[in-house]
Amino acid sequence: MTTTTLAGHEFHVNDEGFLTVPSEWSEELGAALAAQIGIEMTERHWEVVRFLRADFAEAGETATLRRVAARSGVPVKELFVLFPQKPAKKMAYVAGLPKPHGCV
Amino acid sequence: MTTTPTAPAVVPNFDDSASEGRKLAIICSKGSLDMAYPGLILANAALGEGVETHLFFTFWGFDMINKKTMGDLKFTMLGNPATHMPQGLGGLPGMTALATSKLKKSIADLDVPEVPEFLEQIVASGGHLWACRMSADMNHLTEEDLYDEVEAIISASDFIEKTAGAQLLFI
Repeated sequence: MTTTTLAGHEFHVNDEGFLTVPSEWSEELGAALAAQIGIEMTERHWEVVRFLRADFAEAGETATLRRVAARSGVPVKELFVLFPQKPAKKMAYVAGLPKPHGCV
Repeated sequence: MTTTPTAPAVVPNFDDSASEGRKLAIICSKGSLDMAYPGLILANAALGEGVETHLFFTFWGFDMINKKTMGDLKFTMLGNPATHMPQGLGGLPGMTALATSKLKKSIADLDVPEVPEFLEQIVASGGHLWACRMSADMNHLTEEDLYDEVEAIISASDFIEKTAGAQLLFI
């Protein structure tokens, strides 16, 4: 486990760059992480990220794309617009959570 | 906590060039519930990884996109040794219905959608659905009879042309 610094925040990451300690995350860091992958956060992005954080706290694992679409109120199509190409992984990265394990 | 030296921020490689322009073609040729899912799950996974994905429904796979049957695919124990049950049991009245409802329940328990809703999610994720011309002709079906999001009824050669350079899965 490595520590890294971004925008004045020090946090633990795995070798891919995903946070390994979810509690080290803050919204300010989330915005900095998003910028790293070319995403500028809008209120709609935040809705998704806040849902992921809350759901992770409750369920103990990162929500899959289907779960996000079904429960956050942001449809699949829009998730692909907000977090292009690889939405599930990008959302998790910005939210400071592990990649989702579920298949669907 | 012991302090480890801080490394420069690592950014996940979300847009690596290896997956750029990657395409996947999945041929769905089976109409039973258990054989419908592998194609749907793999298509969904590929789309989530940014891979352009095309599904071609042919022969019994037509049941997956036929409005009349798509919500009512069945699973049978008959001829399936992987259920590890005596084959004779599968032939008893009501066994296919029972096996189908058990499988449907196991799938729903994992929060995996039924076939029509799964197709909807695949299309929302940017997936392309194509129907086989010969299967449509054999069964006297037109686009009217098929799931609305099926883009067109096309010939096998059209599908091969559309998926030039794609990796291919036959299910």
